[in-house]
Amino acid sequence: MKENKVKFLFHAALVIFALIMLIPFVWMFLTSIKTYEEAIRIPLQMFPKEIQWVNYEIVYNKFPFLTLYWNTIVVTLVTIAGQLFIVSLAAYAFARLEFPLKNILFIGMLGLMMVPGQIFLIPQFRLMVQLKLTNTLTALVLPSLFSVFGVFLLRQAFQTIPKDLDEAARMDGCSYFRIYWQIMLPLVTPNLVALGIMTMLSTWKNLMWPIIVNRSIEKMTLSAGLAMLIGEHTTYYEQVMAGAVISVLPMIIIFMIFQKQFVEGIAKTGVKG
Amino acid sequence: MSTNKLKFSRRKVKEAGAAYLFIAPMVIGLLIFYFFAFIQNIYFSFNKVGAFGPPTFVGWSNYIRLFNDPLFWTALKNTLFYTVLGVPLVVGFSVVIAWLLNQKIKGQTLYRTAIFLPAITMPAAIGLLWRWLMNYQYGLLNYIIVKLGGQPIAWLSDPNTVKWAILIVLVWSMVSYQVIIMLAGLQGISKIYYEAAEIDGANKMQIFFKVTLPLLSPTIFFVTIMSMINILQIFDFIFLMIQRNTVAYQYSMSLVSYFYEIAFTQNIRGYASAISVVLFLIILAITAVQFVAQKYWVNYD
Repeated sequence: MKENKVKFLFHAALVIFALIMLIPFVWMFLTSIKTYEEAIRIPLQMFPKEIQWVNYEIVYNKFPFLTLYWNTIVVTLVTIAGQLFIVSLAAYAFARLEFPLKNILFIGMLGLMMVPGQIFLIPQFRLMVQLKLTNTLTALVLPSLFSVFGVFLLRQAFQTIPKDLDEAARMDGCSYFRIYWQIMLPLVTPNLVALGIMTMLSTWKNLMWPIIVNRSIEKMTLSAGLAMLIGEHTTYYEQVMAGAVISVLPMIIIFMIFQKQFVEGIAKTGVKG
Repeated sequence: MSTNKLKFSRRKVKEAGAAYLFIAPMVIGLLIFYFFAFIQNIYFSFNKVGAFGPPTFVGWSNYIRLFNDPLFWTALKNTLFYTVLGVPLVVGFSVVIAWLLNQKIKGQTLYRTAIFLPAITMPAAIGLLWRWLMNYQYGLLNYIIVKLGGQPIAWLSDPNTVKWAILIVLVWSMVSYQVIIMLAGLQGISKIYYEAAEIDGANKMQIFFKVTLPLLSPTIFFVTIMSMINILQIFDFIFLMIQRNTVAYQYSMSLVSYFYEIAFTQNIRGYASAISVVLFLIILAITAVQFVAQKYWVNYD
């Protein structure tokens, strides 16, 4: 009897929290399928009389969503691929090879992890201007290729692999690069996935760097493009919400499919170790 | 003996050579985009730097100007408001929700999916969404408040409430992310502790306070540090939700908002560099304090 009461309380609390998180999204969708009059009706109208997909069409025609999607996908994939390679190569060296100045270099890198991102923005922006890379997708990728946190995470993963493994491979005449590529890298796959998910999320979410370094909407990611949408069409909330739905839906679908990997990825990159 | 030694050291040279080759892309990238950028930014903070042309040295004047700039103090005050209220709320809610999500009851997958949703949503969309929810005339939030017998609130334009509006959205979106980390922390606690406590006849509340919380303290510490550092750098929601040419903007603007405004809208880059250096020092100081304080409440076993 008492056990049941406790369980009921748990459910009640969870339902409340789940609704607080969920209702805004439901409202976003409901607004996006209303007419302008329905969206601003007083007293408030929960559901549209008739589902209006036209808002999606309007937003799609007003705004280059396909380009924004394409940019986001390209930037995300290139960033993940480049970052995983650069970072894992360095992490392998820091974890498994001996070389002079190793510790000093590593501590120097950890120091950079403490510095808030804004401090690099002005010099990074000036550098992009000098390299004539402003208003390009390359500018969106470049600074995020070098993740100190990634080196830190993967170095720990490489360290857990038994030392005999590279010794044996060395005896067989394997080059260091082959040991890294064919033996070590497959063994840290879960950590690569975790870092990849982390990078995907941060590229997807990043707003400040795109709006600083790029000017035209054709060179923006979804996140930054959406921010420009508000500047132009604040009054038509049913259209703005349609734009928001278009932007968040793919990530929500990917999340639904790979929820386990997402949760593990965030947990792994969040909790130290 | 000597040939052996030679071979050994040749191998060492080879190993070091390979290692340098492997770390080269990373180290060169870090040097260009982060290390030199850091030093250049500090140098800029002692210079007058515009959108174009070379910097001119001005000594401490950017810092003196900062000290006398009321807008800087407003931004600092606002940022501290978000941090002081936001961190305990984020940590508190994420502990409680994670604990609920870790109970053995039906429907957890469903609850988890709903609660994790904001964590994977881009802040740009969250900002737009809440801007609509908090709309004075047509927003869902005011509708609910009026239904419950309250007065509608001008969330995003009343100077007295904008900060609270931003805080609500901040906590809402951050809790979702931190719950995932807390839950992982909870799942890392060995069942032995719970079983022992149950054998001793402890009830759910006692177990939560005497077993769960102390064993979770390293994760709580981590989440505290991370949410603190993140909130101190808050920018997105303010940028998206508050109209920049209104009075309300000043009442909500954070240090990073102000930095962005000065650096990239007004192009007063030397002064903006000084702001970012001060923000860096504030974060460093608060983090250091946290690391000292952790000795008294974090339990590493």
